[in-house]
Amino acid sequence: MTPDTNLDDLTPEQLAAQWEEEKPPAAGALANAASSLVVLAVGIAAAALSTAMGLGTPDKPQPGLWPFLISIVMVALGLFQLIAGRHNRDAEKFTRMSAAPLTGLVTLAAMVSLMPLIGFELPALVLCVIWMRFLGGETWRSTLVVSAAVVISFYAIFVLALNTSVPHLF
Amino acid sequence: MDFLNPVINGFAVVLEPTNLLYCLIGVVIGMLIGVLPGLGPAATIAILLPLTYNVEPVTAIIMLAGIFYGAQYGGTITSVLLRLPGEASSVVTVFDGYQMAKQGRAGTALGLASIGSFIGGTASIIGLTFLAPIVASFALDFGPPEYTALAMLGILLVATISSGSKAKALIAAALGLLLATVGRDIFTGESRFTFGSLQLADGIDFVPIAMGIFGLGEILYNLEERHRAAKAPSKVTNVWPSRKDLKQASGAIGRGSVLGFFLGILPGGGATIASMASYAMEKKRAKQPERFGKGAPEGVAGPETANNAAATSSFIPLLTLGIPANATMALMFGALLIQGVTPGPQLVEQNPELFWGVVNSMYIGNILLLIMSLPLVGIFVKILRVRAAILAPVTALITLLGAYTINNSMFDVTLVVVFGIVGYLMKKFGFEPGPLVLAFVLGELLESSMRRSLLVFGGDPLGFFGRPISATLLLVFVLVAVLPAIRGAIAKRKNTVTASAATPDIKEKV
Repeated sequence: MTPDTNLDDLTPEQLAAQWEEEKPPAAGALANAASSLVVLAVGIAAAALSTAMGLGTPDKPQPGLWPFLISIVMVALGLFQLIAGRHNRDAEKFTRMSAAPLTGLVTLAAMVSLMPLIGFELPALVLCVIWMRFLGGETWRSTLVVSAAVVISFYAIFVLALNTSVPHLF
Repeated sequence: MDFLNPVINGFAVVLEPTNLLYCLIGVVIGMLIGVLPGLGPAATIAILLPLTYNVEPVTAIIMLAGIFYGAQYGGTITSVLLRLPGEASSVVTVFDGYQMAKQGRAGTALGLASIGSFIGGTASIIGLTFLAPIVASFALDFGPPEYTALAMLGILLVATISSGSKAKALIAAALGLLLATVGRDIFTGESRFTFGSLQLADGIDFVPIAMGIFGLGEILYNLEERHRAAKAPSKVTNVWPSRKDLKQASGAIGRGSVLGFFLGILPGGGATIASMASYAMEKKRAKQPERFGKGAPEGVAGPETANNAAATSSFIPLLTLGIPANATMALMFGALLIQGVTPGPQLVEQNPELFWGVVNSMYIGNILLLIMSLPLVGIFVKILRVRAAILAPVTALITLLGAYTINNSMFDVTLVVVFGIVGYLMKKFGFEPGPLVLAFVLGELLESSMRRSLLVFGGDPLGFFGRPISATLLLVFVLVAVLPAIRGAIAKRKNTVTASAATPDIKEKV
């Protein structure tokens, strides 16, 4: 980022342009096509399942009619998007920064699978440490102090004060 | 004075200590998340939905509403002091607000914004008080065909007015409708899309979807976002605007109130659009438009007034028709359903304490916010020192543990994580999550009204056009659906490919 002295004199238009530049890079045609294909696949699968449930007629509809209608709309929109939306620039590229949400996701999934076994405290502590130290770049000292404080206060709120049945170890 | 009786009783509801307390909690949380860039009001409301299970419906909605309009006040502070809009609806405030701060008039800008917000909000509540019962009584005659048309129009408008690609927003809406069909078919009792899972037999709850797609999806997405470096804010002094400033801004505040009120009612409208429209209008009206962008007080007062007025008036379609006008209102709708209250035209009659309690709580909330944003503004500026790296795991943990407490089930927590992934990927690929949640909420209403109507019409879809109101609504539906395509075709024929004019793409933070 350039020094603040320059930034301060930007007109609204320049500021907007600068925000535009700071946005994550747009994904290419491949990503657009892939997302349209996923939409198509979901639409077709739903249409097939709905047909299997039975469609009936408008005055005597079977359970599948309404989901079938939506699936058809979805397939149509997916096709439209596949062709007309090829050059859209509203999808974002996955960059090296995308490793952060992926790591976050892994810790969340680990927490969900460990919670019923060993309670929420230890997984939550590990999650806090990973998010603060590795994803957020906090110092080790503040990471450990804050993580411990967070887990203790969650214990105090959810277990001691609200008396919920959240699985806990201690 | 019969009309005013329930209104006055509503004040009695608000003044109950519990409700006052929750109103205060709501506006404080709203103010906080407004100040902190990152989570928007919709995400916050989604994450806090489990909190509302154990309280009265009116108390719950008072708090959630407080979060919503509180965020409009809070977003201003970072816009003016740091040039970082805390909320999408405060983006235009940056242009003149930050310039005013540079000229040493930060206090004036904040003061004008708060006073404008207060006036806009209050004017909008008064409008709501008179307009809502009229709309509700008009809608009392609505039958299934009218509701079918209204729900379809509502979903379409929200999808087409959204900032990104229209087709993608509509795809998101279709996915929402599809998700709403999971579970037992209400007419035949057969299971749909449950894949033999017992946990899906009763359908997917609204709360895990909202918490996942809005809450966790947003948290994951923010992990990736480069945070703009924030400079420590200078000390804010003299928040009371001078009489001259007030006089200069009074016109903008008046126009902003009216504009915001009407834009808020429209489906798909809301605070963000209102603030941008107001800025554009003030700039166009000004005798010296070149002052804008260089610290014009109207450029702060107008948009800030309009976004607050719109935030308030967007409750009208929800509370009178049962049709949420935007994503945040869809969350309110869900919160009411959880409480066993179905919003709709009968709400004013059958549940006056709830209706007027919520409406009148906004007066109190606005007064609280005025106090917090004028004399106490220094405290909220200090909040900015809390780092995103610390906030992110805390909000993620609140989401997971909160999701567990709804039904004491790990299945709900798993659903939240799954929908968190869906929400993150949707944002990555340019699909807005708002229409999905809105369509999910309206899905059951839409399906049942459509099937009931078709039963009445003997299976003839043309029956919808035999009734004046549903016919009109459907006509508007077709117009809204077809118009962009026609316009696009004309533009293509003219072949005016003006290298994508520099329109700032303002993404709605949810």
